Amino acid sequence: MTDIAQPKRTKKDFASDQEVRWCPGCGDYAILNAVQKYLADAGKDPAKTVFVSGIGCSSRFPYYMNTYGFHTIHGRAPAVATGVKVANPDLDVWIVTGDGDSLSIGGNHLAHILRRNLDVNILMFNNEIYGLTKGQYSPTSPVGTKKKSTPMGSIDRPFEPAQFALGSQATFVARTIDQDIQHMTKTLAAADAHRGTSFIEILQNCVIFNKDFYAANVERKVRADRTIDLVPGEPMIYGKERDKGLRFNGFEIERCAADEADVWRADTKSTAPAVILAGMRDDPEMPVPVGLFRSVEAPNYEIGVNAQVDDAVAVKGAGALEDLVYAGETWTVE
Amino acid sequence: MTTTSAQDPQPGELPLQQLDRVVIRFAGDSGDGMQVTGNQFTRTSALFGNDLATLPDFPAEIRAPAGTRPGVSGFQLQFSSEDIHTPGDAPDVLVAMNPAALMVNIGTLKPGGVIVVNTGAFRETDLKKAKCDTNPLEDGTLEGYRVIEVDINARVNEALAESPLSNKDRQRCKNFYTLGLMYWVYSRPLEPTLAWLEEKFAKKPELVEANQLALKAGYNAGDIRELFQGQYEVPKAKLAPGTYRNIMGNEALAIGLVAGARLANLKPVFCSYPITPASGVLEALAAYKNHGIVTIQSEDEIAAICSAIGASFSGALGMTGTSGPGMALKGEAMGLAISTELPLVIVDVQRAGPSTGMPTKVEQSDLLSSIYGRNGDAPMPVIAISKPSDAFDMAIEACRIAVQYMTPVILLSDNFIANGAEPWPLPDLDAMEPFEVEFTTEKSDDFLSFGRNENLARPWVKPGTPGMEFRIGGLEKAPTSNISYDPDNHQAMTDLRHAKVRKVADSIPTPEVEGPESGELLVVGWGSTVGILKQACDRVRAGGKDVSRLHLTHVWPLPHGLDEIFSKFDRILVPEMNVEQMTVLLRGELPEHTYVSYNKVTGQPFLVAEVAERIEATLAETKKA
Ligand code: SF4
Repeated sequence: MTDIAQPKRTKKDFASDQEVRWCPGCGDYAILNAVQKYLADAGKDPAKTVFVSGIGCSSRFPYYMNTYGFHTIHGRAPAVATGVKVANPDLDVWIVTGDGDSLSIGGNHLAHILRRNLDVNILMFNNEIYGLTKGQYSPTSPVGTKKKSTPMGSIDRPFEPAQFALGSQATFVARTIDQDIQHMTKTLAAADAHRGTSFIEILQNCVIFNKDFYAANVERKVRADRTIDLVPGEPMIYGKERDKGLRFNGFEIERCAADEADVWRADTKSTAPAVILAGMRDDPEMPVPVGLFRSVEAPNYEIGVNAQVDDAVAVKGAGALEDLVYAGETWTVE
Repeated sequence: MTTTSAQDPQPGELPLQQLDRVVIRFAGDSGDGMQVTGNQFTRTSALFGNDLATLPDFPAEIRAPAGTRPGVSGFQLQFSSEDIHTPGDAPDVLVAMNPAALMVNIGTLKPGGVIVVNTGAFRETDLKKAKCDTNPLEDGTLEGYRVIEVDINARVNEALAESPLSNKDRQRCKNFYTLGLMYWVYSRPLEPTLAWLEEKFAKKPELVEANQLALKAGYNAGDIRELFQGQYEVPKAKLAPGTYRNIMGNEALAIGLVAGARLANLKPVFCSYPITPASGVLEALAAYKNHGIVTIQSEDEIAAICSAIGASFSGALGMTGTSGPGMALKGEAMGLAISTELPLVIVDVQRAGPSTGMPTKVEQSDLLSSIYGRNGDAPMPVIAISKPSDAFDMAIEACRIAVQYMTPVILLSDNFIANGAEPWPLPDLDAMEPFEVEFTTEKSDDFLSFGRNENLARPWVKPGTPGMEFRIGGLEKAPTSNISYDPDNHQAMTDLRHAKVRKVADSIPTPEVEGPESGELLVVGWGSTVGILKQACDRVRAGGKDVSRLHLTHVWPLPHGLDEIFSKFDRILVPEMNVEQMTVLLRGELPEHTYVSYNKVTGQPFLVAEVAERIEATLAETKKA
C-alpha cells in the first residue's frame, strides 16, 4: 500500500466501527467530528497516527478513531505517549485528556511533557467537572462550586490551564471551543504544524453536570461578546460589532475601544503577556480568551534522546555485545 | 589484648604464611573512601586470580556527621584460593579508621581476629563524636583481639611532607595508605591500583602522585615497621577454566538487558526514576548508548513504567527499574501492561521495607507483592537473580519470557546482589540462543488482536503497520480488542491471563537437588541467599549429616516437578530475608508438604554459621517428630 495509490481520505476513514457512547448533546461529539475531519483533510495516514488517552469521558476518544489507539490509566497519557514517541519518532501522536485527568491526577506528567517538548499534540477537554464519576468539582472548577462532594461549595482556587502550561515552558498553548468547528480546525492545524508539544484546551460542554459556565460564556448567542480570539499579528478586538478591544497597561490588561487595541504576539521572549491574558478568566468583566497564547520553538526531547544514541554510535562505533561483556580487566584460567 | 605498635617492633624474620581464605572489613567514616579502598582490594585480588565475594555496607545518608556511628561506611570482602559463595560471616581482619568505625563493627569480628586501628583518630573529640565515654583502645573493649596500632594520620603527613597538597587534602589519602598496608600483609601487587590512580586522576597529577605515595608508604610500612607478625599469601583459586572479569550485580544486570533486547532484535528503551539501590542500573545503561539503548530519566516512578509501556506499544522493548517503594507506585501501570498484554521488563532491586525502610540494606520482602500485589486478578511472571554474575543470564531470561509470552515480567534483585561483586565466568556469546520477535503485519481471516498462539500469547502489531489499526487499553476487552463488559468474556479473559502466565513454567527447567534426592530435610532458597545456603549445607554435610538443597530462580510460576521432589523429604526448611513469604507461597501451591520457615530481617544477609545451626536444629527436631 503506497500513498500514491491511496484515494483521498474522508472523515469516515478515521472513524472506527465502535458505537460512540457519550451523553446525547455532549460537546465531545463535536470535537470528535472536527478531529476526524481535520485528519482526513490534512491527508494523514491512520496507520501512522496514534491517539493516547488517560481516563475520563474524553479519554474514550481513541476507541472511536480508526487509528492506533491506547486508552491508558488515569493521568498517565503523557508518560505513555512519551514512550510511544521516543520509541518511534515517525508516529504522529495525539493525546486526549480532560481537566481532572491532566491537571489533578496527571498534573506532574503534563508539566514534564510540556517541559520536554515532545512533538505531540495534547487535546485537553475542559468541562470544569468530573463527568465520568458523576459530577464532582474538578481542579478547574471555580471557587464555590457546589456538587455532591462539595455541598458547601469548593474552597480551592482553580488552575488556569493555559497558565499551568505556560509555567511549564510549553512552546504552544491555545484554547478553542467544542462547537466552533472553524476555530477548532484552525487551531488543530496550527498545533499540528508546530514542532513540539502543542497544548490545546478545548472548552467543552458537559451538558449533564456543568452547562452553566458554558451557557454564560461560550454558547453561540453570547460567544462574540464574551470571548476574544487571540490571533498573532492582529489587534485584540472582540464583540459582535468588533468594537471592543484590549490593551496592556503596565503589568495589567484593560478594555479599550477597538482602534486602541494592542496587536497580539504569541512569540514574545517572556511568557508574561500570555500569562496575563490567560488570567482574564478570573474577571467576569473581561472576555474569555481563546486562540493562540503562545507559539515558540524549542528542541524536541524525542529527537534529542535518539540523537544521543546516534552520537554515541558515531563516536564509539556501534557497540557489539562482546565489547560490553568482555570489557574492563579480564583474566583467563587455563 | 596484644598490641603491636610502631614503637614496639617485633624482632626476627618475617615469615610468609599461606591461607585458604581471608575476610577483611574496611570501616571508616563515609568520607574516608572505604568503598574505594574495598573496591581496589577486590579488583587487585580478582586480577591476581582469587575467588571472591563482597558486601558493601554504607549509610543511607550521603554525608552523615563526620566521626559519628551513623556515618560509618563499611566494605567487607572474602578472597580465597577456593570456590566461595559469600563475603564471609565474620571478618578475620577489621580495619577501623576511627572510634565510630571500631565500635560499630567490633561485634562482627572473629574472636581472636586482627584489628588495624588508626590511632590518629582517637583524640578526645573523636571519642566524643563516636559516643565513647572511655577510650576503647584502653578500656578493655579490645580484649581477645590482636590489635595493630598505626597513627595513619601522622604517617600520611610524613609520607606527603613534600606534596603541594593542603593538609586537608593530604589526609584524604589515608585510605590509600591503609590499602597499601593491607596489600603488604596479603602480598598483593600494587600495580593495578597505581595504574587505576593514574587513570582516575588523569587531570590532577598532584592527586595521582600523593595517593600513589601514600599507597607505597603504607606498603613499605608493613615491611619496615614490622607491625605484623608476617605476611600472608592467598594463592590463586582453582576456578573453572575460562575468561573472567570482576562484576557487580547492577552492572551485570544492565549488560544482560542490552543482550536480551539484542536477542529479541528489539530497540531497548529503559525508563527509570532515581532510587537507591536501583539507580546503578540506569546509570550503567546510560553509558551504553552506543549499543542502541535509549534511556529516559522520568519525572517519577509511574511515568517511568508508563513510558516503558508506551515504548513497547510502539514495538520497542520497554524496561523499567526501581526498588520497593517504586514498585508500589508502579502497581497500577503493571496492571495496564498485564491487561494490554505488552512485553515489559520490571527490575526490582529489593531493599529493606516497609515504606522507605532501610534503603541501603538488604531484604527479600517484595516477593509476594511482586506476585500478587496489584488490583484485580493480575498475574505476572516473577524471576529472581541469585548472585552478581547471574544477573546477566536472568536479565536475558526476563526479556525472553516478556516477548515470548507478551507479558510484563518482574526481575527481582536485591541490595546484596546489586552492589556485591564476584568473578564472572564470561559466557560464550555465540552460543546464546536468539528469540527474535516477529511482528504481525498482515491480517489473516481469523485475525484477532487478542488471538492466541501456542504460548497463549497474543500477536504483536506495532503502530505504523498499514491496515492493522487497533485500540487497546485497560478496560476489559473482547478478543477483537474492543471494550467488553460481557460476563462470560471477563471470565474467559481472566482465565486466559492466568493460564498464559502458568504456561511459562513449560519453558523453564526443573531445579536440581544438591545432595541426596530424598531424606529428612530439604533446604529451599531463592535469590541472593544461594551462596550462604550452599555453604551452610556443605558445612552440615561435612559434619556427617545429610541435608539436601534446592534453589529457585523462577519464583512465579514455580517450575514443574517440585511436588515430586518435595514429596521425598520429611520437611522443607525455607530460609529467607522476609517474614515467611516463600513459605506462604509454597504452602498455597504445594500444600502437601511440611514447611519450616526461617526468617531474618535485620537488613544484613544470613550468616553461614547461623543457617548451619538452624539446619542442625531442624534435623534434630525432624528426628523427634
Ligand atoms: S458526563 Fe458530561 S462530559 Fe461526560 S459524556 Fe456526559 S456530557 Fe459528556
